[in-house]
Amino acid sequence: MNFDANTGRPKWGDKYEFRNESLQSRLSPANNVPVLIFVNSRIGNFEPTTTSSMEAKTKYLLHLADCPLILGQRLGEWCGHGPVLEQDIALTNIALDLIGQARLLYQYVASLEGGKTNEDSLAMLRLEHEYFNLLLVEQPNKNFGSTIVRQFLYDAFNLYQYEKMTHHSDVQLNAIAVKTLKEIKYHFRYSSEWVTRLGDGTEKSHQIMQEALDDLWRYTGELFQPASYEIELMSESYSMDLNAIQSQWMDKISTVFNLAGLIIPKTEVMQTGSKEGRHTEHMGYILAELQYMQRTYPEMHW
Amino acid sequence: MVVDIFPDDEHWHVLLATTYSGCPAIDVIPTIVRTKFEDEGIENVVVSMGISPPWSTDWISVEGKEKLLAYGIAPPNGSPSLNDEGKPKQCPQCGSVHTSLVSLYGSTPCKAAYRCETCLEPFEYFKCF
Repeated sequence: MNFDANTGRPKWGDKYEFRNESLQSRLSPANNVPVLIFVNSRIGNFEPTTTSSMEAKTKYLLHLADCPLILGQRLGEWCGHGPVLEQDIALTNIALDLIGQARLLYQYVASLEGGKTNEDSLAMLRLEHEYFNLLLVEQPNKNFGSTIVRQFLYDAFNLYQYEKMTHHSDVQLNAIAVKTLKEIKYHFRYSSEWVTRLGDGTEKSHQIMQEALDDLWRYTGELFQPASYEIELMSESYSMDLNAIQSQWMDKISTVFNLAGLIIPKTEVMQTGSKEGRHTEHMGYILAELQYMQRTYPEMHW
Repeated sequence: MVVDIFPDDEHWHVLLATTYSGCPAIDVIPTIVRTKFEDEGIENVVVSMGISPPWSTDWISVEGKEKLLAYGIAPPNGSPSLNDEGKPKQCPQCGSVHTSLVSLYGSTPCKAAYRCETCLEPFEYFKCF
């Protein structure tokens, strides 16, 4: 980065990245990271990086972005249909957070691609096999209990995935993780409280929660099975060690399921493929709704 | 949430910290800031939203908290570093300290829904973040 010799400020324009000493002195000394800025602009201004692992890196970042996008879209389906007003609002607020998180990651990918794409084209104009989200997040809402179990399994995973990512060597990803983790902690508190309340609630609520867990468990194997791009990026420590996350995740969810009186099923066959673009039958319908406006009115803005 | 304001040869740059990634006001806030500058006759303003260092409710000044309370929103009370949303000091309507949590999410991601046990009115609490 180029700094102006007189002012000490970075020269504006080549990268949206600068240092702000006055602010940092007001913050805790541990928070010694440069201020990174995403402009609400549709064109990324980063220099395109050209390394051999670039394609893998893009796929990995898209994987990270597609998960909150698709889950956000799913939660958005609850808008106006929640079991009670407060929970309708809570689910759609979490959806907002998730879509916001996806935006940060799409903006980053677009900036790496040097303006060839933008956050909207990445989110709205790819084909089904070009999405790399987890199978878990594309599963239907079914009922409130099932939505909560899906959310809980995902939140608990992200708690550890994003915690690890806050130590990432990529400053941009690092900054996104620090920001996002604060939100994920609230999501996890919300979903884990509901798992306990409903699992340990009435006979009916318990039954619905156990059925949801039995149904969704087969999609959790994929969380810890690295995709081809994750394996490729492992050597430069860009992707996560999913095995290490798995044991932490298992401990966390076991504690909550114990409290809730829910039993983790002994499923032997886990479904996989979505991280490589092979989705369940639900994905096409999600995209049909998600992409409709952009496909019908290209480049439409609010 | 203003991180910095500085000029370069052509523009004034205003840097703002994003509160929540999914804040519904994320596109409105820069517009309001730009309009304020234009009202003062300053046209060449570039407003940017940043994510790092992450915004925290610790940044809200005493005056800011008073304004929230006056508006009817209980300001954050506690420390975000404890991974806890904290608890409202008092009901913004009647000042009672007897309040209870209704939902961890209110009308926006940053707030929780509360009820006052004295005046029985609902109110919103700005969670520690």
